[in-house]
Amino acid sequence: MQAEAALGRVGLWFLIALLSVGAYLGAKDAGFAVHAALIGVIALGFMVASARRFDPLGRARGFFRMPEGDSRYDDDPVRWATLATMIWGITGFLAGLFIAAQLAWPMLNVEPYLNFGRVRPLHTSAVIFAFGGNALIATSFYVVQRTCRTRLAFPALARFVFWGYQLFIVLAASGYLLGITESKEYAEPEWYVDWWLTLVWVSYLAVFVGTILRRHEPHIYVANWFYLAFIVTVAMLHVVNNLDVPVSFLGSKSYPLFGGVQGALVQWWYGHNAVGFFLTAGFLAMMYYFVPKQAERPVYSYRLSIIHFWSLIFLYIWAGPHHLLYTALPDWAQTLGMVFSIMLWMPSWGGMINGLMTLNGAWDKVRTDPIIRMMVMALAFYGMSTFEGPMLSIKFFNSLSHYTDWTIGHVHSGALGWNGMITFACVYYLTPRLWKQSRMYSLRMINWHFWLATLGIVFYASSMWVAGITQGLMWREYGADGYLVNSFADTVAAIKPMYIMRSFGGLLYLAGAGIMAYNFAMTLAGKLRDEAPMTETPHDPAADRPLPAAAPVAVPAE
Amino acid sequence: MTNPDVAATIKGHARLERNVTLLGLGTLLVVAIGGLVEIAPLFWIDNTIEKVEGVRPYTPLEQAGRDIYVREGCYSCHSQMIRPFRDEVERYGHYSLAAESMYDHPFQWGSKRTGPDLARVGNRYSDDWQVQHLKNPQSVVPESVMPKYGFLAERDLKVADPSANLKALAAVGVPYSKDDIEKAAADLKAQATPDADTADLVARYPKAQVRDFDGDPSRVTEMDALVAYLQMLGTLVDVNAPAAQEDLAKEKGR
Amino acid sequence: MSDYESLRHFADSIGLAVMVVLFLGLCLWPFLPGKKATNQRMAQSIFEGDDDGE
Repeated sequence: MQAEAALGRVGLWFLIALLSVGAYLGAKDAGFAVHAALIGVIALGFMVASARRFDPLGRARGFFRMPEGDSRYDDDPVRWATLATMIWGITGFLAGLFIAAQLAWPMLNVEPYLNFGRVRPLHTSAVIFAFGGNALIATSFYVVQRTCRTRLAFPALARFVFWGYQLFIVLAASGYLLGITESKEYAEPEWYVDWWLTLVWVSYLAVFVGTILRRHEPHIYVANWFYLAFIVTVAMLHVVNNLDVPVSFLGSKSYPLFGGVQGALVQWWYGHNAVGFFLTAGFLAMMYYFVPKQAERPVYSYRLSIIHFWSLIFLYIWAGPHHLLYTALPDWAQTLGMVFSIMLWMPSWGGMINGLMTLNGAWDKVRTDPIIRMMVMALAFYGMSTFEGPMLSIKFFNSLSHYTDWTIGHVHSGALGWNGMITFACVYYLTPRLWKQSRMYSLRMINWHFWLATLGIVFYASSMWVAGITQGLMWREYGADGYLVNSFADTVAAIKPMYIMRSFGGLLYLAGAGIMAYNFAMTLAGKLRDEAPMTETPHDPAADRPLPAAAPVAVPAE
Repeated sequence: MTNPDVAATIKGHARLERNVTLLGLGTLLVVAIGGLVEIAPLFWIDNTIEKVEGVRPYTPLEQAGRDIYVREGCYSCHSQMIRPFRDEVERYGHYSLAAESMYDHPFQWGSKRTGPDLARVGNRYSDDWQVQHLKNPQSVVPESVMPKYGFLAERDLKVADPSANLKALAAVGVPYSKDDIEKAAADLKAQATPDADTADLVARYPKAQVRDFDGDPSRVTEMDALVAYLQMLGTLVDVNAPAAQEDLAKEKGR
Repeated sequence: MSDYESLRHFADSIGLAVMVVLFLGLCLWPFLPGKKATNQRMAQSIFEGDDDGE
């Protein structure tokens, strides 16, 4: 029986390998051939592995010290996704630092594969979809099991979701370097990678909803609503924005169904809501579970979370056209986008208030608990960037900020501050629990990470504000003679110091993540760092005495 | 899993909080509204795209150049959308019209100007300048931070099947004729080959520029294609013609 | 009047007033006492039982 199953597996992998060889031989372009070969090699690897009854996962599990034996919840996919979050995070930050440096020192471009235009989508996809996506998979699988008090439905499918998602990332990222891209921001992968992601995503939805259906708890906790909205909406956005006509089923090239002005609006409806649902709704779900858990206090107002949920998901969808203000998009659509973007400020801040006020009565934890401090900083940055966003959607500001680095600064204060910080906090929360340790290897290193990341964001955001406003003002500067003062090249030269400062900020942020990786590895190894506790204020006998009596007032002699 | 007696007493939002199907459907409904209201009218309101003369599908060579533009991710740093402001119009030319990108699959309006806008870069610089600039941007513009694209001049332009590309584009709504699709491979080569017979090509694609673009007439390279694309950007519509001006004067809201 | 102008007029007058009332109502709603016990129970639910599965 077992041998037959093994044989069946070998046959399946062999079939996939054979199909890949066929695709490789028939490929219309080199990039598609490389991807076919990649899949073929993976399939062959699995074939050999199943034939030799070799258990690579078991070994890797040993290497990463995953606890064995039965547990109440199915946490293996959570552990894998947490690991992937760490690894892809470092990769994505490194790619970001590299392209930031390329803009300051263009000789760092290596044509053709490492030119800015090819590495930039690698950076954005690595941080959003690989780092953020794995954090979402890890936390959603963790949270849905705990809040439903049941194990994951369809355990095999859950593993397929994780590994299939990693294949999506590898295909997408390697594709960009090979020049396989649709050049639609945050939707760059070509048609076959899109189809694969659709399959993985539907499986993700099945596992998530399946787990909720078998819950031992009548109520569905608020975090799960946000995860559900994230999964459902991303499915809708992904499918509609990636309706393409492939030139050939053996080539990588396709042409999108929507072009021109319609293509622009569909793309930014997608693009803005990739922010709204991937980077906001999903991460708010993390907030609604992990902030109360770490603070050991229930969420501030459950009713506010209901309003927060419905108003956020309703309003977000409309805001896409604010990416297209003053373009050839019809005016009525631009106005709608602007108005809804401004309205969006309110649910965003409602959510932030709900998160921050959860700490009401326990504010001292900000001082004593570095994980709580990270969460609070994440919410502060969330509040800041969700104020900045509506502001930049106002036509007056947008006319200055659009096309400049202000946008880049805005995105990063949200991405590094909100998404990054809350993810780090969740990883610090999850790691000891998933690997059955009493705590992280070092709490002081979390503190170091916090400060390095915060300082990095400050450098990043402030340099991009200055660069963006400089650019915007220089482009529109007129001299007394009535002519434009600056050539475009002048404006490029003017912001070079800001580009260097931005790279420095990125370096700090990456250094923080490096410390985190070390801390993570040591925790997995089961070590505890011998260090002074974070929470105690050292006793200072000199200060520990009554206030000195007020000095006698000098009385003038008579 | 819910007991009917309990279900009867649970009303309003509490029902959603206990029923994942209702919650999921409700979510889908709520998130669908905004997109439907904003996107659907663009396909049937007829003044979404102005009616101006001159816009035509790309020639096979221009489209191949555009595919290279897409492949290299040029949109990361260059927009193709001039906004209706005095400084932009003086710097880049007349503001962009929706009609000018109606055959762009995908659109490449961009969102960031690390480099200048390219919507009307066509015929602003010589072919020599474009080639030199792509090979080594800093040799022409010392302040530039653009990567080098010299490899384009060394690679022969390889399009697996030009007709198939045009056929796919026709499938998404670009009005290529049967003739255009059949002759795609020949058109592709002829446009970059000096002394080729291109009367038919120019008749089917008005204002098509026919010459060797990369300074190497002996072969057709990726550089030929990209420069051919750059040199036609924004040249199709004569925005200063009286008829066009009259149409644009009627345009509202921009 | 074009569709755009009439819709715009509606949005700038009645629409705006309705939105303001709706906004104020939604701001007030979390502070109303209804279902307080249920909501508190839901908020507390993540602390019940052995959540880490150890």
